[in-house]
Amino acid sequence: MIGELGQLSLAFALALSLVMANAGLVGAGAANNTARRIASGATMGLMVFCLLAFGVLTYAYLVSDFSIRTVASNSTTLQPLFYKIAAVWSNHEGSMLLWMLVLSLYSGTIALLGRGGERLTSAALGIMGLLSAAFLLFILFTSSPFLRIDPPVFEGAGLNPLLQDPGAVMHPPMLYLGYVGLSAAFAYAAAALIVGEPAQSDGWVRAARPFMLMAWITLTCGIALGSWWAYYTLGWGGFWFWDAVENASLMPWLVATALIHSAMATEQRGAFRTWTLLLAITGFSMSLVGTFLVRSGVLTSVHSFASDPARGFFILILIGLAIGGALALFAWRAPKLQDGVPFQAVSRESALLLNNVLLMAALAVVFIGTIYPLALDAMTGRKITVGPPFFALLFGPLCVLMMVLVPFGPRLPWRKGDLKSAARTLAPALGVAAVAGLTALAVASPKSAVGIGAFAVAGWLIGASIIELRKRKGARLTAFAAAIAHAGLGVSLIGVAGTVCWQSEALVVVGPGETLTVGPYTLRFDGVVERDGPNFTGKQASIAIMDGTRVAAVMRPEQRIYTAEGQDVSYTAIRTTGIRDLKLVLGDDRGRGRWTLSAFVSPLAPLIWIGGLVMALGGLLSLFARLAARAPKPEAAALPQAAE
Amino acid sequence: MSPKKRRRLWFAAAIVVAGGLGAWLVIWALGNNTMFFRSPTDVANKLVQPGIAFRVGGLVGEKSVRQGAGAEVHFTVTDGKGVVPVEFHGVLPALFREGQGVVATGALDARGTFMASDVLAKHDEKYMPPEVVDALKKSGRWKEGEAP
Repeated sequence: MIGELGQLSLAFALALSLVMANAGLVGAGAANNTARRIASGATMGLMVFCLLAFGVLTYAYLVSDFSIRTVASNSTTLQPLFYKIAAVWSNHEGSMLLWMLVLSLYSGTIALLGRGGERLTSAALGIMGLLSAAFLLFILFTSSPFLRIDPPVFEGAGLNPLLQDPGAVMHPPMLYLGYVGLSAAFAYAAAALIVGEPAQSDGWVRAARPFMLMAWITLTCGIALGSWWAYYTLGWGGFWFWDAVENASLMPWLVATALIHSAMATEQRGAFRTWTLLLAITGFSMSLVGTFLVRSGVLTSVHSFASDPARGFFILILIGLAIGGALALFAWRAPKLQDGVPFQAVSRESALLLNNVLLMAALAVVFIGTIYPLALDAMTGRKITVGPPFFALLFGPLCVLMMVLVPFGPRLPWRKGDLKSAARTLAPALGVAAVAGLTALAVASPKSAVGIGAFAVAGWLIGASIIELRKRKGARLTAFAAAIAHAGLGVSLIGVAGTVCWQSEALVVVGPGETLTVGPYTLRFDGVVERDGPNFTGKQASIAIMDGTRVAAVMRPEQRIYTAEGQDVSYTAIRTTGIRDLKLVLGDDRGRGRWTLSAFVSPLAPLIWIGGLVMALGGLLSLFARLAARAPKPEAAALPQAAE
Repeated sequence: MSPKKRRRLWFAAAIVVAGGLGAWLVIWALGNNTMFFRSPTDVANKLVQPGIAFRVGGLVGEKSVRQGAGAEVHFTVTDGKGVVPVEFHGVLPALFREGQGVVATGALDARGTFMASDVLAKHDEKYMPPEVVDALKKSGRWKEGEAP
């Protein structure tokens, strides 16, 4: 019964999304208040039914209703509560329902906030309605999470043990908030083109900016969480491996980063009007491309849950329609747009332009490196992989160049700037850079030119951000937000440099009582014990970190066999001091109590993700500043509403 | 030529040069950093030179896994026709088993042993690396609809 309720909710949601699309687009054309009100109401209904469907599915997991196929194949009664919930979205069907839920929540927010006026909102809801309808059709016809199995099974097959991890609880929802957040920017861009806003108005950018920021913040968090998860999971290649699935999330992030910068110039100066529209369209296109790559089965990873050609085909058609339609609309309407105030070669506008050029070049590198093997395979059947050095070689220098230039942006005024005075203000940051570089030279071994350079650049970025924070006392909150986000970039760079340049590792066979040294640590192997967990049996090693003859701490890497799934998973043990990680992996049993043990010391690794969080914090601050600024002033609110 | 036109010309030229340089860089980097996938049969037929990095996939040979004196492990990868001896220094993935599909990255040494820098096994019970499936299909060891 409960499963049918979910299916029915999705059917209602589909009907409402069609109403929403229709009424929204009608309301965009004429001053038709009825249509606009219907669009708004249908959006609320869509949100309610998507919540209901998602709630029903979650309930089915919580009560272990194994008459529903997705529950039976992804959960067991023994699974801890946390992972019963994570299991909801850790399979193709459930994750698409999560996607749809997020899409409906963004639609609802657009309707509730009504930013940019009634016409624009109505058109944006129309576009969101079309997207919702497409995704609901996709779910209902190719990937319904509510299908029954007959007869029901007594016990489920269980969630892939690799996914029974805190990462699985947070990473997918965050990433989807980001992916789908770009759909709101896309909807506003398309809405602006449909409404044919007066060529001088940038209402859509003002309306869409909080959504762009939200998408960027959540994407940043989602990617940072994913990177952290991959780092501590054995066999996932570390914090970043230029895996196609990682690239699929990086591409929308690069576009979103370009978009929030370009939108700033458009909102404040009317510059890059057409470009910002194009970026908003590109951003969501990259979300869809990422979804296609991950979900269609063209790639194989823990993310490609099932490879059903019908699904890939459907997403491909959706990409074609969304991108093609938006670009056609763009080609038709965009030529009418005019750019605002002209600007000089040295100005904030130019700096933002350069930012966008570099980000787009970085996007091109990632895109080519990701798509080339797939295209080659499809055309010639030859299987190749593009190795991480390709990305490091091209993406790395672009990033460094960008980071060197970043501090100049906020120091240049709009329209016409003075490079000399900007350089003079930033001079102390050069000192910070020198100190950082020299510190790396003095402290770290082995000597690494890349590491020293990265430290200097990070010092430059962080130093410049501190100058910015001091100079802008009393300035608008958004300036602080930018300085914090830029500093976060520097923090991450330090973490990446530390891990890439100065990681040390050891691979040894040890018996009980034997010691090994790795980096600054002396470790004593104290044997392996067997233990039973709720849904697994494990072999757990005890490894003591020695401080002279005293045991400073004990670490316990483990191998588990999950009984229901019959699968082995190796769990690394990580001990962090905040500036240095020690990671241990338990390998093969070599007989007579001897085991293979692998140990890694990664200096500064935690800064990679801390930097990501700092960036996201900057974004969050900017978002709050924006929303707070929009709250109506008391005297303005007291005035009676002027006639339209 | 008016100054404005001249400026535009310079701008266009700069874009063409930058674009060309970028394209050349990308092609050059791709050429140096792509790895081919080879089946064990390819390797047995001496299609691969020693020292060149590539990936090889197939099934881990039955009774082939042997622990070395140090932390290294020896095993073979086979597609039913060709057999490649592999040496790996590191912790094997938890799902590494004799008779199961793996993909290894590395290069052949002078003796024809594949020195693996990285070994990937499947990540759950249902999954088989697609390259392995292809290699098995080519050697006729793959039966449709039946996972070995």
